[in-house]
Amino acid sequence: MKIVVCVKRVPATDTRIKIGADGKSIDTAQVEWIISPYDEFAVECALRLKDADASTQVTVLSLGPPETTKELRTCLAMGADDAILLKDPLAGTRDATTTAKLLADAVSPLAPDLVLLGKQAVDRDQGQVGLLLASRLGLPCVTEIKAFGLADGQAKVERAGEEGTTESYQVALPAVLTCTKGLNEPRYANLKGIMAAKKKPIDERDVQPGDDGLVTRALELPPGRNAGKIVGEGADAVPELVRLLQQEAKVL
Amino acid sequence: MAADILVYAEHKNGSVKRPSLEAATAARRLAAALGGKVSAVVAGPGASDAAGALAKYGVSRVLTLDVDPHDANALAVSLADLVGKSSPAAVILSHGTRGRDIGPRLAGALGLPLASDCTALEVDGGAIVARRPEFAGKAIATVSSPGATMLATLRPNAVPAEEAPVETATEACPVVAPSHGLGAVLKEVLEAAEKKIELSEAGVVVSGGRGLKGPENWHLVEELASALGAATGASRAVCDAGWRPHTEQVGQTGKTVAPQLYVAIGISGAIQHLAGMRTSRYIVAINKDPEAPIFKVADYGIVGDAFEVVPRLTEAVKAAKAHA
Repeated sequence: MKIVVCVKRVPATDTRIKIGADGKSIDTAQVEWIISPYDEFAVECALRLKDADASTQVTVLSLGPPETTKELRTCLAMGADDAILLKDPLAGTRDATTTAKLLADAVSPLAPDLVLLGKQAVDRDQGQVGLLLASRLGLPCVTEIKAFGLADGQAKVERAGEEGTTESYQVALPAVLTCTKGLNEPRYANLKGIMAAKKKPIDERDVQPGDDGLVTRALELPPGRNAGKIVGEGADAVPELVRLLQQEAKVL
Repeated sequence: MAADILVYAEHKNGSVKRPSLEAATAARRLAAALGGKVSAVVAGPGASDAAGALAKYGVSRVLTLDVDPHDANALAVSLADLVGKSSPAAVILSHGTRGRDIGPRLAGALGLPLASDCTALEVDGGAIVARRPEFAGKAIATVSSPGATMLATLRPNAVPAEEAPVETATEACPVVAPSHGLGAVLKEVLEAAEKKIELSEAGVVVSGGRGLKGPENWHLVEELASALGAATGASRAVCDAGWRPHTEQVGQTGKTVAPQLYVAIGISGAIQHLAGMRTSRYIVAINKDPEAPIFKVADYGIVGDAFEVVPRLTEAVKAAKAHA
């Protein structure tokens, strides 16, 4: 089985965002970078299939700045076989259409049985790349999966439906699946994996992204919240809180 | 017509879901600014029953589509055909479970960009611009699309639904069969053990954190939520510890919520949590630690032990509701 996992290098989730000088993107100075957390679930999902069948080949693919070799090396240390980096210094600001097109061009010749991604990258939070990639590749796609199984050459997956329901899908391969929290607990790379990763190949390629479809006119910090008030201490403050919720906020 | 707006309206047995009425409201304002009208596509059984409610919210044409609303692929194909023929100025879907699945498929079919999870849509210099949170709400982007049709999904609770009754006409929308598709088949829908209020669409949310000390104390959250008619949420720490399912996590790598009232119990307020709830209209925080960051965003705070404060609050809410 051949699996491609798409990952993105993003600012760590505890990053305090500052707006860059262009007013359209973030100031990346002093930002710590990580693999987008949802993509880690996709990597882990692929590696579990490899654990179950050693002949499985796992390729990690990223559209990212040249520094993304660090995140790809982490995926290789976790157990992936090889990696492809589509070098784009502006990857972090690309719209989903452009990202999906560049990824599709790289995935297509590999003809994988399965393409796995996170449900969204936690930078631009567009949540579209998986479906757009599937659309370009002409493959079925189920998004936001929280359970995965493989039987008779088909994937059986679950996703959260409406009002607390769970939807169960049977998916013919090849297919594209996007992963959400709850699917698995991503592993940490061990020392053996880190050593092995040094010898694994990262295929670095230049790409021509072209113009984005969606144009970012401005990026701003959200309006601040006015400092609230401490109503009081302990249970004795409850009547005053309820009065405020009724009379001032009018939400009761 | 390049001034008309198309909405994909979700419903249950003909009763239109509130996030879709919010989408209709956003659509009506755009149409008013551009001099156009609002049409809505409603799919599946009971679709024609939705016309009355949509008319009340400014939709002057309802198109019923005989496609299973669970089949995002088939829906996207028929919607793309309709959009291709009518060239609306914008197509708006709700950014819920369904819209998140249909929107990008529609964008892929049309080859147009999609502004997802928008919190505002407006007309600026004749063009439609969208505001959308990025970095889990730690930044807000203003985006526009160079295409003739702007595709957008609208975050629930971002634009309050507002009535604006019009006369409406209902007609059937042509169904276009997907050329390929049946690769992913929905086998079954497992019902929840109990009916839950959808967290990201709820008007009131009560969330609990590590301050509750253990899953055995979660009834405090549930009882207050029940008194308030609220959905329940949780901090990441609580979900990672297995006290609550990940579907209840509020914040970055969880759900983003923007209810009228958000009550945080025993949640210190890590930056990732604050990102997911800071646009709530009113925030109440109950925490033992007066220095907890949650108090910096809370409108009303009580410094105290959740085990004393919350039961008293639940009783007081019940009493207040009984008198209302």
